[in-house]
Amino acid sequence: MSARRPLPRWADVALLPLLNLGLAMIVSGFVVAAIGQSPLQAIQVMIKGAFGDGVGIGFTLYYATDFIFTGLAVAVAAHAGLFNIGGDGQAYVAGIGALAAGMLLGNTHWLLVLPVATLFAAAVGAAWVFIPAYLQAKRGSHVVITTIMFNFIGSALMIYLLNGPLKGKGTQGAESAAVTGAGLMPHLQAFVPAFGYAPVNVSLFVALLALVACYVLVWHTRFGYAMRAMGHNAAATRYAGISNSKMIITILLISGGFAGITAVNEVLGSQTRLVTDITGQAGFIGIAVALMGRNHPVGILLAAVLFGALTQGGTELQFDMPAVSVQMILVIQALVIMFTGAMEGLLRPGLENVFMIFGPRQRETAVSRETATTES
Amino acid sequence: MAAASAWAIELRKINKRFGPVHANRDIDLKVKRGTIHGIVGENGAGKSTLMSILYGFYTADSGEILVNGALAHITDSRHALRLGIGMVHQHFMLVDNFSILENVILGAEESALLASSLNKARKELKRLADEYGFHVDPEAIVEDVSVGQQQRVEILKALYRGADILILDEPTGVLTPEEADDLFRVLHVLRDQGKTVILITHKLREIMAITDTVSVMRQGQMVATMPTAETSPEKLAEAMVGRRVLLRVEKGPAHPGKPLLEVKDLVVADDLKVNRVKGVSFTVRAGEIVGIAGVAGNGQSELLESIAGMRNQQSGDVIVNGSTLTLKGDDGAARARAAGLAHVPEDRQREGLVVQFEEWENSILGYQDDAAYAKGGLLDIAAARKEALQRMQKFDVRPANPRLKTASFSGGNQQKIVLAREMEHNPAVLVVGQPTRGVDIGAIEFIHNQIIKMRDAGKAILLISVELDEIRSLSDRILVMFDGHIVGEADPATATEGELGLMMAGVPPAEVIGRRVSADMTPNGGNP
Repeated sequence: MSARRPLPRWADVALLPLLNLGLAMIVSGFVVAAIGQSPLQAIQVMIKGAFGDGVGIGFTLYYATDFIFTGLAVAVAAHAGLFNIGGDGQAYVAGIGALAAGMLLGNTHWLLVLPVATLFAAAVGAAWVFIPAYLQAKRGSHVVITTIMFNFIGSALMIYLLNGPLKGKGTQGAESAAVTGAGLMPHLQAFVPAFGYAPVNVSLFVALLALVACYVLVWHTRFGYAMRAMGHNAAATRYAGISNSKMIITILLISGGFAGITAVNEVLGSQTRLVTDITGQAGFIGIAVALMGRNHPVGILLAAVLFGALTQGGTELQFDMPAVSVQMILVIQALVIMFTGAMEGLLRPGLENVFMIFGPRQRETAVSRETATTES
Repeated sequence: MAAASAWAIELRKINKRFGPVHANRDIDLKVKRGTIHGIVGENGAGKSTLMSILYGFYTADSGEILVNGALAHITDSRHALRLGIGMVHQHFMLVDNFSILENVILGAEESALLASSLNKARKELKRLADEYGFHVDPEAIVEDVSVGQQQRVEILKALYRGADILILDEPTGVLTPEEADDLFRVLHVLRDQGKTVILITHKLREIMAITDTVSVMRQGQMVATMPTAETSPEKLAEAMVGRRVLLRVEKGPAHPGKPLLEVKDLVVADDLKVNRVKGVSFTVRAGEIVGIAGVAGNGQSELLESIAGMRNQQSGDVIVNGSTLTLKGDDGAARARAAGLAHVPEDRQREGLVVQFEEWENSILGYQDDAAYAKGGLLDIAAARKEALQRMQKFDVRPANPRLKTASFSGGNQQKIVLAREMEHNPAVLVVGQPTRGVDIGAIEFIHNQIIKMRDAGKAILLISVELDEIRSLSDRILVMFDGHIVGEADPATATEGELGLMMAGVPPAEVIGRRVSADMTPNGGNP
C-alpha cells in the first residue's frame, strides 16, 4: 500500500547521504563523550588529520584509491543484481599478480609496470572469483555465500604462500621479497611535494580511469545494457536472448578484476612487497562505499574519499587523543558504515514525507502513482 | 422513506480528487437490494476509487453515502463491514499456509484460545456452504487449493463477517473459464438469497452474462446506468470509450502461402521436469493466423516459450523460415530472433519488459546487439531514442516520451510498446501470447488490427490466448490443446463455442461433431 514518494535527485544523491553522515557523527559524538572525551575536539582532530595538510590529504587519497577499486567491484556486480562480497579476498590474492609484474619488470620503467601490473592483478582477482561465478551461473550456488568462503580460502592460501614459496630470502615475517627500482609505483610526492611521505601514488590515476570506464561500461555499452536488464529482470534477459549464465560469469570476472587492482596500490604503491592482510579490510569498506555512492562512479568517488578521510582521520585521532583507543576508532568507522550504508533507508521515509508536504510537485507525482496502481 | 430502503447502496454527488486528478466527479449511483450490479469502465475511469470510498479506504471530498436508506459516514473497512459491506479484492488477501478455516476467522477471532472460535466457525461455514451451495474443505491449506477455491474463501470471509453487500473487484482476472462460470453460479445463488452484489469488471461478456443492472464510468464520471437486458456489448463499449468501438474484428479471407513456422513432434518439460507439451506438430503458413485454444495450464505457455527459444525442448524440432532452431543453452531466444521470429510474451511485465527501464531501453530489448544501435563498441543511445519515439507515435503509445519509466505506462500502452518492438523488426513469424490481457477496449481494437495487418503483409502468426472470443475472432484456423496434445483443429467460421469447449475438455473433434452439440457455453447456459 505504501506508495514510494520519489525524492528529487539532488536530495537522493546528496542530501540523504549527508544527513546519514551527520547522524553517524552525532551518535559517534555520544560514544566519544561517554568515555569522557570531547567530541568536538575529536572531530576537529579527524578533519585536520584527513585534510589539514598535504600529508593528510595524501594519505586520504591513498586510502581512497583502494576504496574506489573495491567500491567499483561491488557496484558493477550490483548493477547486474549480483552481490560480490568477496572483494577483499580477490584483492588479497591479486597481490600475487601485482608482485609478479613488479618483480619481472623491475628493470624497465614504471610506465610499463603500471599497465602490466594492473592487468596481472585484475586477472588474478578475476580468477579468484571464477569458481564462485561458475557455481552461481551453472549451479545456482549463491554468490554471497561462495565469495565470502573464498575470502577465507584466499587468506589461508596467502598465509601459506607467504610462509613458503613466496617468502622472500632473509625476510623475518610472512612476506615476499621487496620490489625495487622501476617495479615500484612513483609516489605523487614527486609531482606535488606537499604530499610528503604519504604513499599516494600513480595508481590513483588508474582508479580515476576505472571510474570512467565503469560509467561507460554500465551506461553506454550493449554489455552494460544487458547487465542492467538482468539486474532488474532476469526473465526479461532470457526472453531477449541474452545468456544469463554467461552474463553472470563475465560480470563477476569484471568485478573481481576491479577488486584485484587494489593490490597494485598496496603492493607496488605502498608496501613495496606482498605481506599478509594487505587489503586492510578495503574489500568490505568497498561495500559501504558502493552503497553510499549509489553504485554510480561519481558517488563512489565521493564515498571513497569520505572513507579514506575516516581511515586517515581515525589514525590521527589515535596519536592526538590517546584516550580514544583503536577499538573506539573502529566503533566510529562502523557507525558511519552502518548509517550511510546498511541503514541508508532509516531517514528516507521521513525525508520523503517532508518533501511530500513541502513540495507540490512531489505530491502530484506520488498521488498519480498511487492512483495508477489502485486503478489497475 | 420506505422507498429509499429498496436501495442497498445510494451514492449522491461523490467527489474525490487526488491532487490534479479528479478521480470521481459528482458520482450518483443506486444499487437495488438483491441484484447484481455491474460497474464497467476502462482502467483509470475511477471504479476502484469509488469502491474504495464505499469500503472506507478513502473518504470522499464531498457527497453522501446511504446504506440501506440510512446516511453513513464510512471511516474504515471495519465500519464498512459493520454496515454489511464486504469486499473481495482482485489480489487475494489470504495467508497461504493457513487452512481455509483459519483464514476465515483471521481478524474475527472471538477469544484468545482458538478452539472455540474455530468450532463456531466450522459450524458457520457448513451452514453457509449448505445455504449457498458452495463447498470448500475447511481444513485444506490455502496454497494447496485452486485459485477459484481461494476466491471462494475470500467470499466466505466476507459472508462470515455478516456481509449483505458484496463488492467484487475484477474477480475473473485470475480464473479459468470454468472457474469463472462457477463463480457466476455462486453469485446467482447469493443474489437469489437476497444478497446484493457489486461487480467491477472491464469484461463486457461477464456484464452481459450475469448482471441485472450495469453502470458505466468514464474519466471519473458515471456516464450511464441501465438494465442489462436493454443494452448490448457494443453500446457499453461505446459508453466506456466515448466513441464507437468495433468489437468484432473485421478481416478478409486468409491467403496462406508457404510454411514459415513448422513444429514437429515437439516435447517440452516445465521447470519441474514434467512434460507439458507431449509431442505436438503443426504448421503455420505465410499470411495466416493460427490460434491455439485451451484452458490455461494445458501446455500452451510451454509451447509458446519453447518456440520462442526461451525453453529448451526434450525432443522434436522447431523450424522457422526454413532453418531449424538449436534450442539449447539459455540464449535460444537470440537464435529464434535471428531466424526471423518475433515474440510477444504472455506476461509482458515479467518477461517482455524491464519495467524499471526508460521506454527507449525497452524498445531495443532483444535487439540490443542490432547494428542499428551500435556506434563503434558503444550503444547508440540517440538512435535508439529516435527510433523509439517514431514507434511510439506509430503505435499511438501515450504519452509518447521515450524517456519515461516503463512502469508508469498503463497496461495497454505497455503492450503496445512490446508489440511495436516485435512487429517493427519485420519478422517472418510472430508468436503472440495473450495479446490483450489487461488491456483497455480501445487498445484491444488497435492491437487486433495490427495483428491482422501483419497477417495481410504475409507473415505467419501463432496466437495463444485464454480468451476464447479472441481466438475465434482473430484466427484463420484454431488448434485446440488439451493436456499437452493437440486434440484437433477447428474452423473458426463454423465451430461453435460449445464444440470448442468440448474439445478444450479433451473430447476429440470427431466425437464432438457426432454429439451435435448445440448448447451455448455462456455462463447462463448452464443454468436451467
